Amino acid sequence: MERPLTKDIKPDLSMLDMQEYERLGGYQALRKALREMTPKQVVDTVSHSNLRGRGGAGFDTGMKWSFVPMGPSAPHPKYLIANADEMEPGTFKDRYLLEGNPHQLIEGMLIGAYATQADIAYVFLRWAYKLAEKRINQAIGEAYAHGYLGKNILGSGWNLEMYLHVSAGRYMCGEETGLLNALEGKRATPRAKPPFPPVSGLWGKPTTVNNVETFCNIPHIVNHGPEWFRRLSRSRSGGTKLFGVSGRVKRPGLWELPLGTTIREILEEHAGGMREGYQFRAIIPGGASTEFLGPEHLDVQMDFEAVQKAGSRMGTGTMVVLDNRTCPIGMVQNLEKFFAHESCGWCTPCRDGLPWTARLLQAIEEGQGQPHDLERLARHTKLLGPGMTFCALAPGAMEPLASALKMFREDFVRHIREKHCPWRTGSGG
Amino acid sequence: MPTILIDGKPFEVPDGQNVLHVCLSLGFNLPYFCWHPALGSVGACRQCAVKQFKDEKDTKGKIVMACMTPAAPNTRISIEDPEARQFRASVIEWLMVNHPHDCPVCDEGSECHLQDMTVMTGHDYREFRFLKRTHHNQYLGPLINHEMNRCIACYRCVRFYRDYAGGRDFDVFGSHDHVYFGRHTDGVLESEFSGNLVEVCPTGVFTDKTLKQHYTRKWDLQTAPSVCVHCSVGCNTIPGERYGLLRRIRNRYHHEVNGYFLCDRGRYGYEFVNSERRVRQLLWRRKRGGPLQPAGGEEVLQHLMTLVADRSEVIGIGSPRASLEANFALRALVGPERFYQGVSTRDAQLLRSMVEILQQGPARSPSLREVGLADAVLVLGEDLTNVAPMMELALRQSVRQQPLKLAAKFKIPLWSDYPVRELIQDKKGPCYLATPAATRLNDIATKTYHAAPDDLARLGLAVAQALDDQAPPVPDLPAETLALVREIAQALKTAERPLVVSGPSCGSLALLQAAANVAWALCRAGHAGALSFTAPECNSLGLSLMGGEPLEAAANFVENGRAEVVVVLENDLFRRAEASLVKSMLDRARQVIVLEHLANATTAQADVVLPASTFAEASGTLVNNEGRAQRFYEVFLPAGEIQPSWRWLSQTAGSPLQNLDELTRAMVKALPVFKPVAEIAPLANFRIAGQKIAREPHRYSGRTAMHANISVHEPKPPPDPDSPLAYTMEGFHGVPPSPLIPRFWQPGWNSVQAVNKFQEEVAGPLKGGEPGRRLLEPPSTSAAEYFIEVPRPFQRRAGEWLVVPVYHIFGSEELSVLSPAVAELAPKPYLGMNVQDATALHLKEDDPVSLSINGETKPLPAKILAGLPPGLAGLPTGVVSLAAGLPAWGRITRGDVR
Repeated sequence: MERPLTKDIKPDLSMLDMQEYERLGGYQALRKALREMTPKQVVDTVSHSNLRGRGGAGFDTGMKWSFVPMGPSAPHPKYLIANADEMEPGTFKDRYLLEGNPHQLIEGMLIGAYATQADIAYVFLRWAYKLAEKRINQAIGEAYAHGYLGKNILGSGWNLEMYLHVSAGRYMCGEETGLLNALEGKRATPRAKPPFPPVSGLWGKPTTVNNVETFCNIPHIVNHGPEWFRRLSRSRSGGTKLFGVSGRVKRPGLWELPLGTTIREILEEHAGGMREGYQFRAIIPGGASTEFLGPEHLDVQMDFEAVQKAGSRMGTGTMVVLDNRTCPIGMVQNLEKFFAHESCGWCTPCRDGLPWTARLLQAIEEGQGQPHDLERLARHTKLLGPGMTFCALAPGAMEPLASALKMFREDFVRHIREKHCPWRTGSGG
Repeated sequence: MPTILIDGKPFEVPDGQNVLHVCLSLGFNLPYFCWHPALGSVGACRQCAVKQFKDEKDTKGKIVMACMTPAAPNTRISIEDPEARQFRASVIEWLMVNHPHDCPVCDEGSECHLQDMTVMTGHDYREFRFLKRTHHNQYLGPLINHEMNRCIACYRCVRFYRDYAGGRDFDVFGSHDHVYFGRHTDGVLESEFSGNLVEVCPTGVFTDKTLKQHYTRKWDLQTAPSVCVHCSVGCNTIPGERYGLLRRIRNRYHHEVNGYFLCDRGRYGYEFVNSERRVRQLLWRRKRGGPLQPAGGEEVLQHLMTLVADRSEVIGIGSPRASLEANFALRALVGPERFYQGVSTRDAQLLRSMVEILQQGPARSPSLREVGLADAVLVLGEDLTNVAPMMELALRQSVRQQPLKLAAKFKIPLWSDYPVRELIQDKKGPCYLATPAATRLNDIATKTYHAAPDDLARLGLAVAQALDDQAPPVPDLPAETLALVREIAQALKTAERPLVVSGPSCGSLALLQAAANVAWALCRAGHAGALSFTAPECNSLGLSLMGGEPLEAAANFVENGRAEVVVVLENDLFRRAEASLVKSMLDRARQVIVLEHLANATTAQADVVLPASTFAEASGTLVNNEGRAQRFYEVFLPAGEIQPSWRWLSQTAGSPLQNLDELTRAMVKALPVFKPVAEIAPLANFRIAGQKIAREPHRYSGRTAMHANISVHEPKPPPDPDSPLAYTMEGFHGVPPSPLIPRFWQPGWNSVQAVNKFQEEVAGPLKGGEPGRRLLEPPSTSAAEYFIEVPRPFQRRAGEWLVVPVYHIFGSEELSVLSPAVAELAPKPYLGMNVQDATALHLKEDDPVSLSINGETKPLPAKILAGLPPGLAGLPTGVVSLAAGLPAWGRITRGDVR
């Protein structure tokens, strides 16, 4: 089984420096792209690979790049941004790539920048990733020193400047347009679309924003071709995927596996199954803003289409496991509290609706719930749905809640009826 | 004009607009918060949700925000859709989660947009059972009260303050349901337009602090359409009164002039009407040297009639802050040849020249709205923020005009505010500022040029020459100035709507002529060159159009013994000319009759003082800087013996007029230039369904009780012979002809947002057209010749400084500074200096200096004025009395260091 993204990352998790990266074939894809391919050919190659964005939304990467205006009349400077503001609860996949092999990201960004003829690139990094910050800085420095960044890269006549920007640390900074505002020094509120960032993004210029993992795939696609990349996957869209598992499993962790690996395989073969004394109840498959899936969905393949068909989203592919000894209401409350706190405060439903749901859940969890509360919560999951709010934060926050209300209805009712949390008093499970 | 379907019915709507805009224009009651007609759409509050359907087959539809949805051809939406209605009610429910439930005792109640929208959506039952979040309030200065707990986070305040008005010291802080709108720390808001927060805020976070001193609900205010008297722009206002006290000023929308906004001087300057210094009784000094004492009206009028019986002995001195009608009544009383303008020779000449330039053409004076649409601007000599503040606000919009073209290129509708701002970023269209010192507008200027008035004029004249060879050349220009001249000329001639702004503030005729040459050169080259002048006071242009010799001529006339009686109309002459000259004239005259509303240096010299109405107690006409004649109306009947000046004068003449219309008719007949004034408003006998228009709202409380301490019998409403408005709550309450709108109110729309219902289209003209008529239009073909006089370059003098006037929005204007809140913001006296000049005299900021000028010596603290060139000094007008007669040369020495 091939693991292009992680195969070079050292077991001791120390950073792959320039020498090591080059020795393992690093920056060959960049050479190939610059010397043998036109920007359009790079975009086409990525399109043919069926690479879909790894940040959660799963947008077709080649298509995104094709929206950037090209040619002599295109506005400049154009920008390219790696979204490394990984803050989705339960998600830690980009961190692994950033700390272990930052050059892989830089090479991917370079190729992406060449494909879109960008002039300036930013790595927009989560504030808390201190080690990654250090290593990216080192890698960017090395890339400049070796002529991979700066003027006239590898004699191609093409220039790219790259900067690391460390975010101020809000979930909203990871939203594509919130990120752009944050990078401009403004509040990280989302922007109205249209215009879309490839047309008017950072400082009003064409801008491509992709997730770290997405960029890390690019050198391998260029090196080995789109057919190879598609074959890595067990499903329609191409490539491997970093899957993570957290919760009461034997071996919580992160694995690079073919896209389309089943949930059961990930949980049982890689995470080692549930810990002694814990039973599986459900998972949220792709970070906090995805719907719960129950035991009946264990054989669902982790890819964009199959998880969606099962009623959830693959999201970031890092699943959180709910066991029988954890209160599901407590878990959902924790999630909604996070989302309410991370609302940017721009639109009414999110700003004032999310805290209400979080407080209702807290009340239920503390035994203060009222019979109407479930109906109130259900109403919110509809009223905070897609299109009602300005961006996807609140609809995302409603996904685990909506599914929990269905899947754990009995537990909710018990909390309200018994006026306490059964798990807190030891009578749960 | 696209056709869209609203709840199944087709409507023709304007091109390129959003669904909310067209729904409101069509009269639908669709609730909203974050959208503002002048600020555009941002989609934050989600209140204007409607259902949109793809086509006739789509029965499910989806919720969209009307403000963010283009009203494109065949758009199908439903306002009444149950899901959309439920969502709108839910938005209110969320907004009310943290909003205080204290409407009955809240001071915003009765004109709160949130209250209106809550009723409109039908949300009426609170399900939220947890604690509300609370905030600390800030001290924001004497004008604005801050009550953050009421905030519903619509973001309008910060969008107005920062994005629209260019303020920097106000922002949104925090996040999630703790977003906070205020300053980084307590302090006086810096923006000169901060008062608009009161009207922009849809609820009571920002309220009028001066109103709080004498609080009255909107429904208890007696109001009438009025015009601001605190500068020349002529913003339309709605003053409100109760119990004989003027309580506040609100914006009265005028499409061509002030739009939705006012400046803080205009909003807060009103308290002079309530001033302790008001003259409320007839005062008579029976013999010279004796005391000025209250006297009986009959007796005094008899005395006056005797005095003026022989007109040849009487002169009248008019006023640029009195109405056309008051000035004309004086002119009629004394005769045209003995009517004087009441301004200095220099000021009269400058104004005359401005009027002639605008009358000769070819350049047209733009309305304030057109100023905001200019796409290249040259300002010659004016500190607009402090002289004509709303022009500053307009220029802040004008610099967006060229960059806005980018939005069209990217097909982003102009109403989609943030995408447009993100696209154009910090790009600004050409705006060149040539002023003696740095101004607030420097932050949007393409280039600035700070120099002495003569050098500013030379710059302007050189720009004209660069535009047209026929204009006179300017010799001896330094190379870098020449480069600037070429740049300005290039920017102006490549613009679609170039604008030159100038005015009399520098006291320089050459500057006005330079501005005219530039605008004319543009016109001759086929560009639509516009020329906007500021004027010193609210009726400066009107007075100039009326004619008459200046004040010095009047003094001469009296000194030569050719007049015995001087009648002064609403004018403190000591602010106009040298004190010795004025004093000597008033001493020499046998009798001085002063019509005035405030005790001042001139009334102190009077033999008879007639208590005159302020703008709030009289009706009349003012001509603004554009040349637009606008009618203001009595808001309330003042207590005591106060009367409009024109009525005193007509009584003195012995032929009392029936009403204002009669006076206007006489004026129009005598002075054809004022012909359009006859049409600016319906006549006093105008009625709607037999009714007058009620000054008091139909909910006005206490009608039978408010005078019960005097009499339990309800008094008959006093008559108003001068207007179709009535001092009562009975009468017409709908949408009257636009000059007669006493307040914006419609059923369900109690806040200022009711203005939507008075407009032909949202943000468009008022129904029935804009009030007022322009008196100055350029001729269709102009034969105006370029001014050929070119001043010599400014030469600084050893040991002497050219002292120029410096203007302050708070402090320089005579009346507004009597408002305590405005006075608090006025600067202390100072002498402004160039930094090197100060250093050469070993002066630091606030060190004492001694200024000798116009034969007077004054100790003042020094102040470094940014941008002021060496050899120039600046004195704050209205703050230091010496400022009359500037610019002038003066000597500066170090003061007493102790």
